[in-house]
Amino acid sequence: MTTLPIEPAPAPPNTETPSTEPRRASLRGVNASDRIYKGVLTVLALALPLLIVALFVQLFVSALPAIKRFGFSFLWTSTWDPVAEIYGAAPMIFGTLASSLIALLIAVPLALGVAIFLTEFAPRWVRQPVAFLVELLAAIPSVVYGLWGVFVLIPFLRSYAVPPLKAVLGWTPFFQGVFYGNSLLAGGIILAIMIVPYIAAVSREVLLAVPGSQREAALAMGATRWEAVWTAVLPYGRAGLIGAVILGLGRALGETMAVTMVIGNRHDIGLSALQPAYTMAAAIANEFSEATTDTYLSALFEVGLILFVITVLVNAFARLLIWRVARGAAVGSRAL
Amino acid sequence: MTALVALMAFTAVLALVLILGDLIAKGASSLDWNFFVRNPAPAGETGGGVANAIVGTGIIVGLAALIGLPIGIGAGLYLAEYGSGRLGFLVRFVADVLNGTPSIVIGILAWTWMVKPVGRFSALAGSVALAVLMIPMIARTTEEMVRLVPHSLREAALALGYPRWRTSLRVVARTALSGIVTGCLVGIARVAGETAPLLFTALGNLNFTTKVTQPMQTLSLQIYVYATGPFDEWHRLAWAAALVLVALVLVLSMVARWVTRQRYGGVR
Repeated sequence: MTTLPIEPAPAPPNTETPSTEPRRASLRGVNASDRIYKGVLTVLALALPLLIVALFVQLFVSALPAIKRFGFSFLWTSTWDPVAEIYGAAPMIFGTLASSLIALLIAVPLALGVAIFLTEFAPRWVRQPVAFLVELLAAIPSVVYGLWGVFVLIPFLRSYAVPPLKAVLGWTPFFQGVFYGNSLLAGGIILAIMIVPYIAAVSREVLLAVPGSQREAALAMGATRWEAVWTAVLPYGRAGLIGAVILGLGRALGETMAVTMVIGNRHDIGLSALQPAYTMAAAIANEFSEATTDTYLSALFEVGLILFVITVLVNAFARLLIWRVARGAAVGSRAL
Repeated sequence: MTALVALMAFTAVLALVLILGDLIAKGASSLDWNFFVRNPAPAGETGGGVANAIVGTGIIVGLAALIGLPIGIGAGLYLAEYGSGRLGFLVRFVADVLNGTPSIVIGILAWTWMVKPVGRFSALAGSVALAVLMIPMIARTTEEMVRLVPHSLREAALALGYPRWRTSLRVVARTALSGIVTGCLVGIARVAGETAPLLFTALGNLNFTTKVTQPMQTLSLQIYVYATGPFDEWHRLAWAAALVLVALVLVLSMVARWVTRQRYGGVR
């Protein structure tokens, strides 16, 4: 057997068995230190699934007394009376959904407009800076939005926005009653500003993932640029865009501080956007440290459990939709 | 229609400009030496600063980073190196879902685990809550950044006889280092502004303290208390504190972005 004129590769220092076996083993990634490395990383990665399970179990256990006592009626009872120990979350569930709905009504056209502008129409030099500025909106802390809402947005609404709104739409049930400031409307608008960057960032990446051939085909058929967007690009990315919107919804549902500061915190169900309302997150933020009895505390945990389950479902659904378009990628990770 | 979408983009940017403009207009005049070095004055009196909150923010966020970053980076490395199987899919999915979990829910969890058994609010409990918020964020950005490293680099290291773990740490992770640092900075910036998870954990404290087993003030908690309080003096300080907090968060985000731009040029 002739020896080759090159030196054999040095064996890994921690093994003493000769020639090929350890090398092959190390190439397969089965040597001891590799196994330890993989083991450590796996344990760290497992922390995430464990965390979500632990969250659910702990919330459920803490909420159990309230669940046992009130059953499903907790969901549609609208009394919240710590003195009489009767708790029902209907007003908060309603307020959470209503404020998020208002936020989506405002934010979705705005955010999709931003995304379409940035991917399809904007001059190249505008795209990066504008995308950056819109994403900065996501970096502003929630409590600062709340501060701005209390001292800038609400006075603005009171003096300039609500009087004309009432003059035009005052006959509908949605704009009835006196506007004191803290209201469903103020909460919805603040939420809208907060979720625009998320929806815009994810939609932008979804639109960027639409193949250029889709646009070119539409343009070649004689479509204008707008028609190409409307008939070819948007339908192609539809699942991802819906995902982006639902992701924004998930954010809006769980947003706490800004909403707590401007929504008025009143346990009541009313159709008017000018009236104060309450959300689940706001109720926990306001009342958790005041909860003197075990039932009270447990009822708040049940509110937390409902909020958690809803947001997990909403987020999971959104992620699955987005992944269908951009397989497995952390879409929008910059803004999220 | 082009004009319409351009108008929408303009509106979104306008919102940012308005908010930042109001912060500067109402907050900048209150920023003086005392604001940074004094502790809060008793309610109703003028003067005083937020030194306790600035130090508290640093301690709580720093501790959260100590707990959260290693776990997040490790999980991210797992996803990038071994994450092609079923467990990888699950971890990735859960990380994305956890990223959207309301922070207040994490707050009451931290209260149940860290405050209730001890019977005392503590800065440490706040740090744990923030760390939990940080982990899924860091994991996903780390994975993204490590995935950007060209395969040829990894193959070259393996072909030289490097074991996988050394390839992963010394070659791949080191190449992606600036990206990983960016992700960490963004994650830290995000949790630095969080309030909801601290309400029942760090609680807030009007006095200066560096003991992590005691309640501690942060800028975000201070803004919440001052903004919802009855005194004009408090509102003035709330705007100033908000300006400082936003400046801190934005500077961190921008440094992070600048680092990525230097390293990865035109990735997106």
